[in-house]
Amino acid sequence: MNLAFLVDKLELRTACCENRLAREVQGGYVGDLLSDVIANSKQGDVWITRQSHQNIVAVAALREHAGIILALGAEPGADTLNKADREGIPVFTTGLSSFAVAGMIYSLMNTQ
Amino acid sequence: MDWAYQSSFSIEGGNFENAGKASIEIKKILKNLKISDEILRRTAIVVYESELNIISYADQGVINLSVTGDKILISVDDVGPGIEDIELAMQEGYSTATDRIREMGFGAGMGLLNIKNCSDELQIFSEVNKGTHLSIIINRMERES
Ligand SMILES: Nc1ncnc2c1ncn2[C@@H]1O[C@H](COP(=O)(O)OP(=O)(O)OP(=O)(O)O)[C@@H](O)[C@H]1O
Ligand SMILES: [Mg+2]
Repeated sequence: MNLAFLVDKLELRTACCENRLAREVQGGYVGDLLSDVIANSKQGDVWITRQSHQNIVAVAALREHAGIILALGAEPGADTLNKADREGIPVFTTGLSSFAVAGMIYSLMNTQ
Repeated sequence: MDWAYQSSFSIEGGNFENAGKASIEIKKILKNLKISDEILRRTAIVVYESELNIISYADQGVINLSVTGDKILISVDDVGPGIEDIELAMQEGYSTATDRIREMGFGAGMGLLNIKNCSDELQIFSEVNKGTHLSIIINRMERES
């Protein structure tokens, strides 16, 4: 399952790195506390969060996440998008809650 | 001793705009040195949490990275308020992070514990109103899990 498939199924808006949607999604992690996410998420995860501050990019880059989904209408600032672009981390936005996004991705992964 | 690599990175307290920059650079260096994924993961977490603690609490600091054939050595020194009770600071959930820092997703009180969990050896020295020193060793031979 790749990012393009998720964008299509969940109707996500792509805010950064449109050219990297072929990236495979291995799993997911939900979290808004950066120390929790860096310790407990895995490489290839799509990270679902309400944090839109620029610091999320370093965490996703260090853990090699497939991408970041900003839930519940959180909007990334220009500084976040500049960093994401530099590190090549795809960023998506949605009005759905973290719970809804995680639930949908979970069921898509298990019916693939 | 033959060093495979050695370098220092200065970190400016309070500068959240550059938060994670040193950690990302260190990770790229280690990747080029063909460090295994699991050791890379542990080192990245240790360096990131150290970098963020300098930025969050200290005035300024330095992260020294040395890679030898069998170890990664990380030493972190800062000039800052120091930690009064290290045992308390190590406890999960203990944090003195300000609201501003918490709004950015920090202040879970997990950073030092993450450092400990990802290290093979960890020593912390701190002096109030002077600064904090961390000395960390990660063995390049993967531990059995
Ligand atoms: N370099 C430092 N200088 C002064 N105090 C520190 C330093 N590092 C940690 N502390 C103190 O120890 C506490 C716990 O640190 P720790 O990194 O475990 O959690 P945190 O920084 O509060 O939150 P998190 O790392 O989960 O975002 C901090 O809140 C702070 O009071
Ligand atoms: Mg911390």
